[in-house]
Amino acid sequence: MASLPVQALPASKRLDEPPPAHTRIGPVILSVANISLDFGGVRAISDVSFDVREHEVLAIIGPNGAGKSSMLNVINGVYHAQQGRIRFKDREFAAMQPHRAAAMGIARTFQNLALFKGMSVLDNIMTGRNMKMRTGILAQALRVGPAEREEMRHREVVEHIIDFLEIQAYRKTPVGRLAYGLQKRVDLGRALALEPEVLLLDEPMAGMNVEEKQDMCRFILDVNEQYGTTIVLIEHDMGVVMDISDRIVVLDYGRKIGDGTPGEVRGNRAVIDAYLGATH
Amino acid sequence: MFFRENGQFKSTYRADMQLLPIAQDRYFVLALVAFAFFAVPLLVSDYLYLSIINPFLILTLAAIGLNLLVGYCGQISIGHAAFMAWGAYAAYNLVQRVPMLNFLVVLVLAGLVAALVGMFFGIPSLRIKGLYLAVATLAAQFFTDWIFARVKWFTNYSSSGSVSTAPVQIFGWTIGTPRDKYLFVLGVVIVFTLVARNLVRGHLGRAWMATRDMDVAAEVIGIRPVYAKLTAFGVSSFYCGVAGALWGFFHLGSWEPLAFNLNLSFDLLFMIIIGGMGSILGSYLGAAFIVALPIALNQIPEKLGVPLSTAMASNVEFMIFGSLIVLFLVLEPHGLARLWAIGKEKLRLWPFPH
Repeated sequence: MASLPVQALPASKRLDEPPPAHTRIGPVILSVANISLDFGGVRAISDVSFDVREHEVLAIIGPNGAGKSSMLNVINGVYHAQQGRIRFKDREFAAMQPHRAAAMGIARTFQNLALFKGMSVLDNIMTGRNMKMRTGILAQALRVGPAEREEMRHREVVEHIIDFLEIQAYRKTPVGRLAYGLQKRVDLGRALALEPEVLLLDEPMAGMNVEEKQDMCRFILDVNEQYGTTIVLIEHDMGVVMDISDRIVVLDYGRKIGDGTPGEVRGNRAVIDAYLGATH
Repeated sequence: MFFRENGQFKSTYRADMQLLPIAQDRYFVLALVAFAFFAVPLLVSDYLYLSIINPFLILTLAAIGLNLLVGYCGQISIGHAAFMAWGAYAAYNLVQRVPMLNFLVVLVLAGLVAALVGMFFGIPSLRIKGLYLAVATLAAQFFTDWIFARVKWFTNYSSSGSVSTAPVQIFGWTIGTPRDKYLFVLGVVIVFTLVARNLVRGHLGRAWMATRDMDVAAEVIGIRPVYAKLTAFGVSSFYCGVAGALWGFFHLGSWEPLAFNLNLSFDLLFMIIIGGMGSILGSYLGAAFIVALPIALNQIPEKLGVPLSTAMASNVEFMIFGSLIVLFLVLEPHGLARLWAIGKEKLRLWPFPH
């Protein structure tokens, strides 16, 4: 495991408070500029721009239909925006492709569970390693040395992820049989298996009870701290959002209406109007 | 089975990832293979080889091939007999035109020809799914029926359009008797079963299953749909090509293009539906079911002393067959393999309720 960035700080500080944001957060790693997305005349996103900085936790919030999930889909190439550019690690794209996004280090979890239902927990997470596996079809067919060694190497990484997410007991269980909260963890595990630099989480805590939400928050913050992974998450629970994010982007009807620290966003008039309704 | 994995702890990933992690399973399968190779030849009559065992084994191979595509990768095909035809005609032409080739090489080449054709007809799968893809694969069936009936080169300009084969020789072993054919086919099927198991538990198999279960998620974690779908079509057609060559040389002996028509495609599909989608064992069970059932339905009334006219018997056979398929689809869509798995799970705890 990567050494904790936190360890650089004095122990006393580490225990009571998270490291101050400015020591952890790096330069801009991902930026979307002037993104507009239409679905046959319906405008889902119009002219949205924002930056994501390395190692930060960025939340995207907004009422239903604000274009949050579409935004994530544009970032990892499931949707192609009609206008705008995506800049990731100093390369600029008009449209991402899903496998290129994956290869460059963007992983993703899904709002409605998108696990591979017919496969075990282990296989689901192993599939996240697929991109890094190279042995050819013949070597796999005969399962000769290299194929098996490769499989074992990646199995070890996957076992670390299983340990981290505390799902050892369900390793061989078909994911369809797991409780909802555990399935969400497997979804996170599959994304982590890519060893991403940017992790896009689409409502990781939707439909969970308080304990499950706390567990999930802990996993997200641990991933962020231990691996330094940049997190972009969509979440509706404002308590969670205000608590764990460094910065918040607010969308409403496909437009960006707020962008800043939790404190700034909380005081933003447009945001309050969008959530509470404004009299026009 | 009637045993549990108690006390068999795995301390290495290799031990945990082996084909049959439970020791008793390994012994059982080894015993079964030994029985098939050494005991069956002593017990079985030529009639049984010709009418049941050999067709069962060859169709199992084809069913495994179709299962890799439909059951593991989720791409439906109702034209797989076409790829068997390509394998059979490729083998026939290779044997005719390049007689010095070893038949094992011929088998592999026949498989490769079928794989190429299969990948070509798999290209529509990149754009369409489900029923639409099924209709597109039907094109493979009709095109193949047409080309082998019309293009005389493939049938070596035989006047009737049918082709016939001489007994195969491998390393001086003439595979002529039904028993020899059985032993050869058995060897081939066992090797290809192992290969299929290895493929589906490796990263290629995971790519297939991921594409089957949730194609968008698969793409997002870096699996290229082009790669997953076309390899599935290729490997699947390879299996069917080899099975087709075996079907032609060891079961039919001589055949005409109609031998690989739509009916055979449907039979293969029934096998994997009844046997179990996404299960290698299911391919065996389904093939056994489809091959043995008509014969059993034919013989049981006779044995029971109920005289049935031939016409009546064949009608009853169709009715029972049809209703069994409907029953299976309704009651256990995952087929015999799932029933087997459920039984095994129940027996793990039996006779204790928890």
